Amino acid sequence: MTAAMSMGMPTTRPQTTPGRFDAPNPAHTPMVQLIDETGGRIADPDFSLQLKPVQAVGLLRDMARIRRFDTEATALQRKGQLSLWAPLLGQEAIQVGVRAALGPADHVFPSHREHGLALLMGLPVERILAIFKGAEMGDWDAERLRFHHYNMVIGAHTLHGVGYAMGQARDAAADPLADTGVSVIFHGDGAISEGDVNEAYVFAAAYQAPAVFICVNNQWAISEPVELQSRVPLYQRAWGFGIPSVRVDGNDVVAMQSVTDWALNRARAGQGPTFIEAYTYRMGAHTTSDDPTKYRESSQAEAWRRKDPLHRTQSWLRASGVWDDAQQARLDQDAEAFGAEVRAAVDRVQAPRLDEVFDRVYARPTADLAAQRAQALDEASR
Amino acid sequence: MSAGNQPTTSTTLTLAKALNAGLRAALAGDEKVLLYGEDIGSLGGVFRVTDRLQAEFGTDRVMDSPLAESGLIGTAIGMAMRGYRPVVELQFDGFVFPGFDQITQQLAKLRFRSHGRVALPVVVRFPYGGGIGSVENHSESVEAYFTHTPGLTVVSPATPNDAYWMIQQAIATPDPVIFLEPKRRYHEKGQLDLTAPARELHEAAVVRRGEDLTLIAWGPMVRTCLDAANAAEQEGRSIEVLDLRSLQPLDMPTILESVGRTSRAIVVHEAARNYGPGAEVAARLSEELFYVMESPVLRVTGYDTPYPPSAVERDWLPNLDRVLAAVDRSMAY
Ligand SMILES: Cc1ncc(C[n+]2csc(CCOP(=O)(O)OP(=O)(O)O)c2C)c(N)n1
Repeated sequence: MTAAMSMGMPTTRPQTTPGRFDAPNPAHTPMVQLIDETGGRIADPDFSLQLKPVQAVGLLRDMARIRRFDTEATALQRKGQLSLWAPLLGQEAIQVGVRAALGPADHVFPSHREHGLALLMGLPVERILAIFKGAEMGDWDAERLRFHHYNMVIGAHTLHGVGYAMGQARDAAADPLADTGVSVIFHGDGAISEGDVNEAYVFAAAYQAPAVFICVNNQWAISEPVELQSRVPLYQRAWGFGIPSVRVDGNDVVAMQSVTDWALNRARAGQGPTFIEAYTYRMGAHTTSDDPTKYRESSQAEAWRRKDPLHRTQSWLRASGVWDDAQQARLDQDAEAFGAEVRAAVDRVQAPRLDEVFDRVYARPTADLAAQRAQALDEASR
Repeated sequence: MSAGNQPTTSTTLTLAKALNAGLRAALAGDEKVLLYGEDIGSLGGVFRVTDRLQAEFGTDRVMDSPLAESGLIGTAIGMAMRGYRPVVELQFDGFVFPGFDQITQQLAKLRFRSHGRVALPVVVRFPYGGGIGSVENHSESVEAYFTHTPGLTVVSPATPNDAYWMIQQAIATPDPVIFLEPKRRYHEKGQLDLTAPARELHEAAVVRRGEDLTLIAWGPMVRTCLDAANAAEQEGRSIEVLDLRSLQPLDMPTILESVGRTSRAIVVHEAARNYGPGAEVAARLSEELFYVMESPVLRVTGYDTPYPPSAVERDWLPNLDRVLAAVDRSMAY
């Protein structure tokens, strides 16, 4: 099938006017990749490797830690200590690569699967576990951590991220020497269909907001393949909104770092928003309540296992002479210890107090709520 | 469910499976009926309410939609204009809001706007309510937004038999129906009478006879009220339980008949209290039965906070103890 046919255009169309039919070409999707699946170094004409292998060692450690967090949380859910978990298995390089590029004033607006990035931004393990234990919805100081709240209503937060970036731009105009930062907004391939997300692109472009969209294309929105959401590769859609965009190998941590760094610099230089499609695969179930055997072939995940982000980084670092068996053994040990920390953290999650639910609805509780609070405590104590 | 050629008059199913059977019957009975929603095809929906229906009726009749609720409801409206009967599934109560304009300003008003020329036989069905330990936005009781919107009808089954029949009746209705499914009851089993529906879609039902007081509920709270009525019986109280089944329109004759006899009423719902559905029922009773009532109509509801973290939902939601406490208060007048 030609690109034109798959775009649904007549094959016999006139070709006389340059530019008229030049839609983005879904058959041509050059993806930024700096380290290939076997750990080999690839040269890219547009993006250079910014980290020396020895610097990338830290990224490998972060990915291993995040993976352990995820595995442990999945196990905790199975044991009934969490009511739900949304695994991030396979998406570690995106979160670590983005973190590695962030500057000291940049802010992250996560969706619902950025647990690893949360830890890297300094969130205590138990804050994320508490959400999935049903104990809270986000008890952290987002402004200080520069990591904003999870959002379960798909896509709604993308507008908040753009608005925040508009605020950052105003602050920058008022104080040109200050680093007022960029907003980095995560959303999935499913979310790309929501009206709010499309409006976020419109506003980001209209105001040239210092925003970077990280579209985590893990190929699936629960049971729906990305092809149901979009007939063209996701990054090509951004051009329709006037937002420059690239597709990056989301399993290549140094490529993620390099491209995110470029996008952040564009935003800092007043060049407006960028859209990054991080191309990856959801290796696990959508959540622990999901059953992927109902809707997808396991062979797909098998193929993606060979593109594993940790494995390829290890191979590259070994080949570069900065990683060996002893270091790997130590990393495995560290991960083991971190696993124990995660298990201990889940026990630290406090069930909320009923009265406290009434205290955070308004700045000043209404008389009505105060009465209901008293009634609730009375009834719960019987 | 047996497959058609074997005549059956009754069977026992969970509420979710009864809905599945009702949807299957509707698809088989009218080729204009379409199921439409996120993850309803090969997955069968996150609660499996549409399990295997796509395999049986094809991807043309049971359609996975892109992840966009406004788009989902808006295009269902368009298909209805073209003579189809879309049955839209929204995945959870907390995800109706991206489609709110399409429901409350479009779906609800086209008949009115077009002087009756445009009928929209669209059903919007979704699981609602709490009690299952969910994360945020998965436990909301959103009845009042829709009962407060003229042009919509709003119903909620509490039993598998009602689920089976009411979904079919809703689909056959010429106007939009908001069909609220009590998610915490999805797995509760009940007997289905496959011969005929027991009542009309918008009729209320006395599901337990009593003399001292009427508990008024719908959906998930009907079971809670029945449990409370049984517990109260131990203390010598005779409690009637009324399952409203339809919130818009309300079946006032049945409500007035019941409360007219018992002269005491308590409305029980999970939704927050202020401006909640209980307020309407209480106001009507006070207008119609002022001289009959022996105590003010009480409400046992969720509190006026956002739905809390699920770790405290047990104390936040109406439960057996809270209902019994209200019964004591009412009887003490
Ligand atoms: C508005 C809204 N509609 C539906 C859902 C139910 N839901 C939760 S996650 C999800 C799929 C999201 O897919 P994607 O954006 O690709 O992110 P992923 O889960 O794959 O990381 C859906 C449909 C929701 N949370 N919010």
